Amino acid sequence: MRYIPTTPKERDRMLEVIGVRALDDLFADVPASVRLNRVLDLRPALRDAGVIAYLGELAAANGDADRLTCFLGAGAYDHFIPPAVWQLVTRGEFLSAYTPYQAEMMQGELQAGYEYQSMICELLAMDVANASMYDGASAVAEAAVMARDLTQRDRVVISRAVHPEYRQVLATYTKPLGIQLVDVAVEDGRTTADAVRKAVNDRTAAVVLQQPNFFGAIEDVRAIADVAHDAGALLVLASADPLAFGLLAPPGACEVDIFAGEGQAIGNPLNFGGPYLGIIATRQSFVRRMPGRLVGATVDADGKRGYVLTLQTREQHIRREKSTSNICTNEALNALAASVYLSLIGKDGARRVAELSLRKTHYLKERIAAIPGYAITHKGPTFHEFVVRTPRPAAMIAKRLAAEGFLAGMPLGRFYRGMANHLLVCVTESRTKDEMDRFADALARAGGKPRSRGRAMTPSARG
Amino acid sequence: MYPQDLKYSQEHEWAKLEDGLVRVGITKFAADKLSDIVYVELPKVGAELRFMQPFGVVESVKAASDLCAPISGTVVAVNEPLTQAPEGISADPHGAAWMIVVKPSALGELDQLMDASAYSKFIGEG
Amino acid sequence: MSPVKKDSTLIFERSTPGRRAHGLPELDVPEVPLSTLLPTGMVRGTPPALPEVSELDVVRHYTHLSHRNFSIDEGFYPLGSCTMKYNPKLHEEVARLSGFARLHPYAPDDLAQGALRLLWELGEELSEISGMDTVTFQPAAGAHGEMTGLLLIRAYFEARGEHQRTSIIVPDSAHGTNPATAAMVGYKVLTVRTDPRGNVDLQQLKSLMDDTVAGVMLTNPNTLGLFEEQIDEVSEIIHRYGGQMYMDGANFNAILGVTRPGDQGFDVMHYNLHKTFTTPHGGGGPGAGAVGIKQHLAPYLPTPVVSHADGRYFLDYDRPQSIGKVKAFWGNFGNLVRAYAYVRTLGAEGVRNVAEYAVLHANYVRARLKDTYNVKYDRICKHEFVADGTRQKARNGVTTRDIAKRVLDYGFHAPTVYFPLIVEESIMIEPTETESLDTLEEFIAAMIAIDKEAAENPELVKTAPHTTVVRRLDEVRAARQPDLRWQADR
Repeated sequence: MRYIPTTPKERDRMLEVIGVRALDDLFADVPASVRLNRVLDLRPALRDAGVIAYLGELAAANGDADRLTCFLGAGAYDHFIPPAVWQLVTRGEFLSAYTPYQAEMMQGELQAGYEYQSMICELLAMDVANASMYDGASAVAEAAVMARDLTQRDRVVISRAVHPEYRQVLATYTKPLGIQLVDVAVEDGRTTADAVRKAVNDRTAAVVLQQPNFFGAIEDVRAIADVAHDAGALLVLASADPLAFGLLAPPGACEVDIFAGEGQAIGNPLNFGGPYLGIIATRQSFVRRMPGRLVGATVDADGKRGYVLTLQTREQHIRREKSTSNICTNEALNALAASVYLSLIGKDGARRVAELSLRKTHYLKERIAAIPGYAITHKGPTFHEFVVRTPRPAAMIAKRLAAEGFLAGMPLGRFYRGMANHLLVCVTESRTKDEMDRFADALARAGGKPRSRGRAMTPSARG
Repeated sequence: MYPQDLKYSQEHEWAKLEDGLVRVGITKFAADKLSDIVYVELPKVGAELRFMQPFGVVESVKAASDLCAPISGTVVAVNEPLTQAPEGISADPHGAAWMIVVKPSALGELDQLMDASAYSKFIGEG
Repeated sequence: MSPVKKDSTLIFERSTPGRRAHGLPELDVPEVPLSTLLPTGMVRGTPPALPEVSELDVVRHYTHLSHRNFSIDEGFYPLGSCTMKYNPKLHEEVARLSGFARLHPYAPDDLAQGALRLLWELGEELSEISGMDTVTFQPAAGAHGEMTGLLLIRAYFEARGEHQRTSIIVPDSAHGTNPATAAMVGYKVLTVRTDPRGNVDLQQLKSLMDDTVAGVMLTNPNTLGLFEEQIDEVSEIIHRYGGQMYMDGANFNAILGVTRPGDQGFDVMHYNLHKTFTTPHGGGGPGAGAVGIKQHLAPYLPTPVVSHADGRYFLDYDRPQSIGKVKAFWGNFGNLVRAYAYVRTLGAEGVRNVAEYAVLHANYVRARLKDTYNVKYDRICKHEFVADGTRQKARNGVTTRDIAKRVLDYGFHAPTVYFPLIVEESIMIEPTETESLDTLEEFIAAMIAIDKEAAENPELVKTAPHTTVVRRLDEVRAARQPDLRWQADR
């Protein structure tokens, strides 16, 4: 029996001590009416080598970011992850540990959590961060509920430039609670203070923005925070890539009340969408309304520094139906990866990684702007993503580019009506000038007049 | 041990009538049961309270209890220092650790509360 | 113990200005003034005070922290309700294949056929194991699955125009997530008590159930580690009034291949893949909380749904009655790869063996400890049992907390304590199927020894732990004066 060490002899001895005759007797309490009186109809068991071979086959059937050059972002980013990150994170001592309920035995995990909270606070210039949430989308939803509790208001104003999936998740969470969502239209790829001013009223609990926004544009968070605060509402700032704040004015410098973002970009692999890392950070005065686990520093019986889970009365295992959230399991390992990543890039690298991404993005933006038939959709400043107007449906362009070895970007028709000819393109520090040049050339070919079908579809091997 | 001039609720709050106003706190029993109190959240002056509805929260490390209003009315005073030093509650729950003063809107509600001997019995100390 | 092990230096405190660990690339495109790319008002003023350390500093720091941790790889972890079984190394290897780990969630379906196929096949396997009709993988963890499940129930009733159903029944033994979830989806919680045998109190259940109730959330086996012997009657009562049966799958490990929630009358359940299907807990997460449903709830599943036609797999977004999305993208895929590897390694027979041996081990430990520790509901248990420290507390004031802390000194993780709430001074023990008899014997011996210590030298137990890197920590101080982060100016 794979992974079960008990021998038949040991089994019989144990049964005897228990006072039953057979394993089946241990299930005498299961009524006959609900017993499964057959063998499960599952795929046959594989040996280890068979599992590796079969999963290897499935993995090979995917076009991952090693096989294709990735210009796709839209909420999941191909930043380089130093090998040290996951070699450390997957040490069994971290990987196979549970939530640190017995603090004296789990100081490593707890200290790492405290350091994670500290690093997130530093990066965002916020007062406090929790130990993690599921992902960016659910963090935004939880932040909206938190804002409702803090303001005792029931209306949330959200920019349409917030990631469409975050908005969908927010809608799922808020609907049963009777929280009303109000969309704010976007002008030239950005949210304007005027539009927000028109959308808020005295029932507005929060204004939700994203920085950089889904289109890659940089929002004037400060100005919109002022509008929110004038209406007595909180400013909730989402982000799909907090590494941007190595260079951009951080949330804490923009009067943000609650930051709710996705931390995948900070040391976590693409993983086909998860597990990722939900981040929530807020003002000190709001900490008791915050969802999720928190690590705090304290001392032991000898006065020595140590760490514990704290302010647990907010949580479901104590407050039950009155808790700030039902969240229990979080994304501790992904938070640990973020800590190791932030330790490795450090103070200097935080700025460098953001600046490299920005500068390279600018290069590609100019290259693409010069390709006949293509145009840059929005005028304002962007971070590491921008929208390209394509001469043919963006999904078709992306398909063509895939055949040439590129993940070309996100066709926006799926999320925005009227944007079928728009492609969201991303450049991280990992992309090289050579890759960008080849990508621009391939876009030019794909955008030109359709040639004979056979030739256009010829895949070109990636060097 | 439970002062005769206070009235007591089943939720372990006490109420004391003082010149038409009602002072409110939690009982020694409740404070002891929570043991190390780490946090107390009280309403603001002007808040409207309804009889036996939550008006605040008191917490230890592993437990949280709603504070229930033993009287309806408007909050006219709050013991602010208590929120900064909640450990004081255990020291003098029936005196210095009062929580709020209420201008009652239905003074008759006090009659629904227990007197000291009934409360002592209620908590099994009588 | 080496002095290094006692060191709790923060990585920030290892920082030296100017030191670097990163190998970021040089800029390989023409440099233009930053001000042409970004208005100055949008540029960060003060850099974040992140550590300035070398790569070796980072490696040593986190290796050191790992030494100050406890894990399954290190030792026995009888944490009830958490199913801390061995996490096979094979799973880590396959999860890190670049075709999975480096796959972008928005890779077009044509470039994600392997991943979608894995989701499809895992869905089929979990459906068969649970007797459900279909599975969604979107929820990130158990509580997230609970929320998804209740939203499905809610959507189902709304579609039927049954808006009067505003509450849901939850046993007094339930995980805290159950009532918390109910509140998050706008349901009022009605609590049903546990009867003297440890089952849901049927009489009270009957009196609570009517057509204003959406249904019941049950854990089966329940948090006492006991199978709900009257599950048929429970299902009959709930369904008679048109209610829905939700199963919290936290304890699914106990019944794999023996009985299926779908056959017990449950309409919807969540699976804790990070418990039953052994994806590693990672010190608190990530989990993976798939949800299985009966067909009548299928129209409401979160979008997209993995579908299959003409030998091709695709994400189906055309779900007009869907509850929407509960998480960006499709779920904690990395964990799903591991869960899949597990199911394929075990096969049907192996899956059933898991339940049989998890239950055998739990009953063995129960049989050996019940003379020393009170077991309030003493009958054949499933994968775990709930003992308590009431005898020890009555004898000389040694509490369950003290006993748990003393367990650490014996080199084991402590059992779950003070849960479920209906057992005073509870000690919930879940040994799992992957532990050997030798380990179980060592743990049993430790528990018996601790009882003896509690009687003869109570101070020793009351001041435990004595061998850990820190002694008992001051949680009151942590809560009164929250210190939640390091700050540069300290």
